[in-house]
Amino acid sequence: MSVLSNTTALLGKELRTEFRSRELLTTTIVFILIVLVLFSFTFDPTAGESRRFGPGLLWLAFLFAASLMLQPCFLRELNNDTLSALRLSVSDPFAIFLAKLTANTIFLLLTELLLLPIFAILYNIPIAAVFGQLVLVFFLGSLGVATAGTALSAISAQARMRELMLPLLLLPLLTPVLVASTEVTIGLLDRQPFVQWKGVGFLAVFDIVFLTALWIFGEYLLEE
Amino acid sequence: MISAAISPTSIRFDDIEKRYGGLYALRRVSLEIAAGECVVLAGRNGSGKTTLLRIAAQLVRPSAGKLTFPGAAGEARNGRSPNGSAATAYVAHATMVYDELTAEENLILFARLVGVAAPRQKVDALLAEVGLAARRDSLVRTFSRGMRQRMAIARALLREPSVLLLDEPATGLDVPATAWLAETLRRLRDAGCTMLMSLHGETEISSLATRGIRLDAGSVVADTQRGASFTSVLKFADAS
Repeated sequence: MSVLSNTTALLGKELRTEFRSRELLTTTIVFILIVLVLFSFTFDPTAGESRRFGPGLLWLAFLFAASLMLQPCFLRELNNDTLSALRLSVSDPFAIFLAKLTANTIFLLLTELLLLPIFAILYNIPIAAVFGQLVLVFFLGSLGVATAGTALSAISAQARMRELMLPLLLLPLLTPVLVASTEVTIGLLDRQPFVQWKGVGFLAVFDIVFLTALWIFGEYLLEE
Repeated sequence: MISAAISPTSIRFDDIEKRYGGLYALRRVSLEIAAGECVVLAGRNGSGKTTLLRIAAQLVRPSAGKLTFPGAAGEARNGRSPNGSAATAYVAHATMVYDELTAEENLILFARLVGVAAPRQKVDALLAEVGLAARRDSLVRTFSRGMRQRMAIARALLREPSVLLLDEPATGLDVPATAWLAETLRRLRDAGCTMLMSLHGETEISSLATRGIRLDAGSVVADTQRGASFTSVLKFADAS
């Protein structure tokens, strides 16, 4: 069986499980919504302040929510030792990672797109004109978060103090993604929107590097 | 008679050691399990049976020593045989199925992963065989321990394995299910499948064994191939 067909079967499982329970999506959406609402009510930012600080707040909320979402990614597989069943069944362990990181990217992107209009209303920032570019940045940023996060989730799931381990490893590692995504988003939400191609390029390179590393070293991350 | 679907595969452990920190789970275990042999592993809790099975399944990398599958398409490399470990099936302590999927969804998922040609038909047949056809649409989390164990066995049998590893496979099974399992294992053994299983005491399943090995503190201390009797190998474990 090819990596692609294994990935498709596993992705179907990930989506089916999540859309049946909606545990991760609910947690993430509620968390980000609370952060956005609380920040808006507490600081009551002006339009200028929203343009300046809103993107950073948005991406910080996404990042913290992602660390909540990624925590159970591999922990769930330890419950009935299903990770061993997957390792025995797939032709290439990269399929396990590819399915999980694709599912995590979809969940993150879905959450972001659902909350973007609420952010625009609460912070009084028009987004319609740059919606397409925003989706591109959200996709690249979410893919970076999901790729690195899925790898670290596999490592932390087998460690002691696993609940603490994932955010401790994930947040520093994703600082460059946070900075680049925020800068590109600031440019897009400016009064005269512009695309910071340097930031977009950085996000694309980050994604490629981490995907390649996962492809090469993924098997070792799953070993007991 | 060896089925055309099962390629005879033997298992060879050469000086296998497994350490967890300073604790030895296995100490210099050297064994050759011939193709088609049905070997029972006995021993007290913590004697190394599960570790040996997980090393044979290539889920755990030994700290030292070498695992090979002579007769398979090639030698083990980086802990995995070049033809993949798909021809090896493993029934572990844990059920290795998803609680939040139905019985049918679980088996179809694993059938697709291992490349079963007609997954739906195979799953239908297996669900009927393990007596879970009526509960095919129920989530596995609603199943009893025995039903989960039947699911675990069905998952392992999705395609005829050339090596079957079983860790106390009769756990939770009632008398008819144990008899069904014994009959299924007998058919697989007769078809040429190499089997290595851990058991506690003499059961209907232990009567299938062509060889018994006793482990103690990570070492092989008795082997029927080296003169020990089945009764001594199994009774010792029973007493633990």
